[in-house]
Amino acid sequence: MTDQKINNVNVQEQPKTPCPPAQDLLPQVKEPLVRMTKRGIITTKQRVIVYVVGFILALVVGALMLLAIGKNPFFAYRDMVVGSFGTAIASAETIRIAVPLLIASVAVGFAFKMKFWNIGAEGQILAGATLCSYIVVHSINNKNYISGVPLHLIMIVLAMIGGALFGFLPAFFKTKWGTNETLFTLMLNYIAIQYVIYLQSLRTWQDPMSTYPKIIDFAVFTKGSVELPRMFGVHIGWIFALIIAVIAYFYLTRTKHGYEISVVGDSLNTARYAGMNTRWIQIRTLLISGALCGFAGYLQVAGANHTLTETTAGGVGFTAITVAWLAKLNPFVMIPIAIFIAMLQKGSLFIQSTMRIPAAAADLLTGLILFFMLGSEFFIEYKLVFRSKRNVPHLEQKEVTA
Amino acid sequence: MKTLMIIINWINAAVLAGTPLLLATNGEILTEKSGNLNLGVEGQMYMGAVTGLAAAWLTERWFGVGGIIPLIAAVVFAFLMGCISGLIYSVLTVTLRANQNVTGLTLAIFGTGFGQFFGEVLSNEAGGYVTVGAETKHVFGNINFGSLTEIPVIGTLFFRYNWLVYFAIIVAVILGWFLNKTRKGLSLRAVGESPATADSAGINVTRYKYIATTIGGGLCGLAGMYMSMVNQKGIWVTNCVSGYGWLAIALVIFSTWSPLRAIYSSIIFGGLSVMYMRVPIPGMPMAIYMMFPYIATILVLILTSIRQIKEHAQPASTGLNYYREER
Repeated sequence: MTDQKINNVNVQEQPKTPCPPAQDLLPQVKEPLVRMTKRGIITTKQRVIVYVVGFILALVVGALMLLAIGKNPFFAYRDMVVGSFGTAIASAETIRIAVPLLIASVAVGFAFKMKFWNIGAEGQILAGATLCSYIVVHSINNKNYISGVPLHLIMIVLAMIGGALFGFLPAFFKTKWGTNETLFTLMLNYIAIQYVIYLQSLRTWQDPMSTYPKIIDFAVFTKGSVELPRMFGVHIGWIFALIIAVIAYFYLTRTKHGYEISVVGDSLNTARYAGMNTRWIQIRTLLISGALCGFAGYLQVAGANHTLTETTAGGVGFTAITVAWLAKLNPFVMIPIAIFIAMLQKGSLFIQSTMRIPAAAADLLTGLILFFMLGSEFFIEYKLVFRSKRNVPHLEQKEVTA
Repeated sequence: MKTLMIIINWINAAVLAGTPLLLATNGEILTEKSGNLNLGVEGQMYMGAVTGLAAAWLTERWFGVGGIIPLIAAVVFAFLMGCISGLIYSVLTVTLRANQNVTGLTLAIFGTGFGQFFGEVLSNEAGGYVTVGAETKHVFGNINFGSLTEIPVIGTLFFRYNWLVYFAIIVAVILGWFLNKTRKGLSLRAVGESPATADSAGINVTRYKYIATTIGGGLCGLAGMYMSMVNQKGIWVTNCVSGYGWLAIALVIFSTWSPLRAIYSSIIFGGLSVMYMRVPIPGMPMAIYMMFPYIATILVLILTSIRQIKEHAQPASTGLNYYREER
């Protein structure tokens, strides 16, 4: 109850003469120790402070976990930075991790903006990678009849079709019958993984030299034709990733499509009322989202791994969710955040070898940081008001009546 | 006769494989009945799996006893760790009003990292790989029912399980009774259907959401412990949960938010996941077999969405946070 209301009640009660003291008439509301009120405006400075505090707290909790297993957190954090950006080779490796992550983040960002919970980026990447591997394997088994630029163009098209198909299926059923898209996209991840494992068992795909089932090295068998050229030590996928992020930003903020996406995300009914074809908007966006993931799959095959394994996507689809959300779905902000998360992953591989700290530390830290960032949002929307003398309604009342 | 034996053995394996699904599904049903859509079950199961194993292993090492005491330690600590994960989720979504989907997904990422991180720490500590002693393995194995086990058909169908199988079914029955027959259960369902109405009726929405999500998380923790202690026989395997957490969320939809229907739906899915060992189909590659539960899940999702029955729908406020001041 606000102070204003209490005042009004009191003024009306006053004229009745045989009346107990004013404060006894008031409802005995015990004010809680802490209550929250919505902030009006928050300055950029305050906002930054809240996020920085949240980030530091996440690192502190991470440090406590490292302490719990008897490792020095300062050395661990320092080694993570050194291991990810200490040398040119390490930096190149970090950027290589960031490339698919950035593209997948942009892709899931599209879907998330519509409140379409696409957590199947993993499967969409694999679907793209698998479909574009078909043409490579087919070419290899037929004396490399395609090579060079035509091969890459066909690979890109196939990869985007593969990813788009895996984006289309859940979108189709979601818009038709309201099928739960979260689980649908997730189940497609596992199906894609099992399919790659199946391919590994096929004779035409297998590496004849390997002792365990594994798909042939495309770089060797196509005589390097499948390899993407490098620039600054990283395959040129990073240039594509940056271009995609920039185009995505303008697509989301400056085009009709982008506007439709945000209206559908904010209120489906408003979008319908405005005469938008919400079904097509959702399907179209998921086709784009899936195709982007498929393209990331192509980059993994042609740029990073030169083969196909069930870990080609390697958790990128899940980490991309974190990146997209931390960046508040802004493709520009995703660039530094994707690099930062890639740094955590590369750094944790480094501390695994130097300090025997499990590489899963990266996931642990990523999760912690996102937890604290999610918590921080609250302190940006609301502020806490602690119980103090000034806020107690009774005392304020006395001042008025006196 | 041979076909019958295959089917009987398959059902037996299905129940064993379905038990963690049943525990996790019940945990998630309890959570969703309070209006919290927790997508972090996979992570919660990893947290329970590693904590249960660590508790059993450390108890053996510190106190030098095997058997029932490590078992109790594993159950208690896996449950507590599950509760903590549910509590993290509650603090973020109920008190700090974070988006439920994202919080759940973060919990899945965090929990998986947590499990693999501490699992590897444990393995390093044990010098290679962690494994509990034979005595502890034995108490997680099948209960000795004596001659009952030997009865043809019935023995295999009902008396060749570990205690957690019976425990999970009892939990499901109790949960079904609690939700449908008790006053507190009614209040909980009210919170999930319409928190504003429940609030007006004097039900403490926050408290119900917290308690339901926390205990639900505890059940998911136990489900994770089943994966590490029973399925992997007390040995840490990096991807021991392998998507069961996500299957459990789908099973909640399949069993239409009813703990009792969850019993048979988890057995069906358990059956699908062990089909490759039990029902050989000539020429069927193993990897295609492994797709069955996931394909079945998609089919179930589509079918249940096509024929929506009003009484079987998800609690109306699931996935939405409750803002009291915006009532």
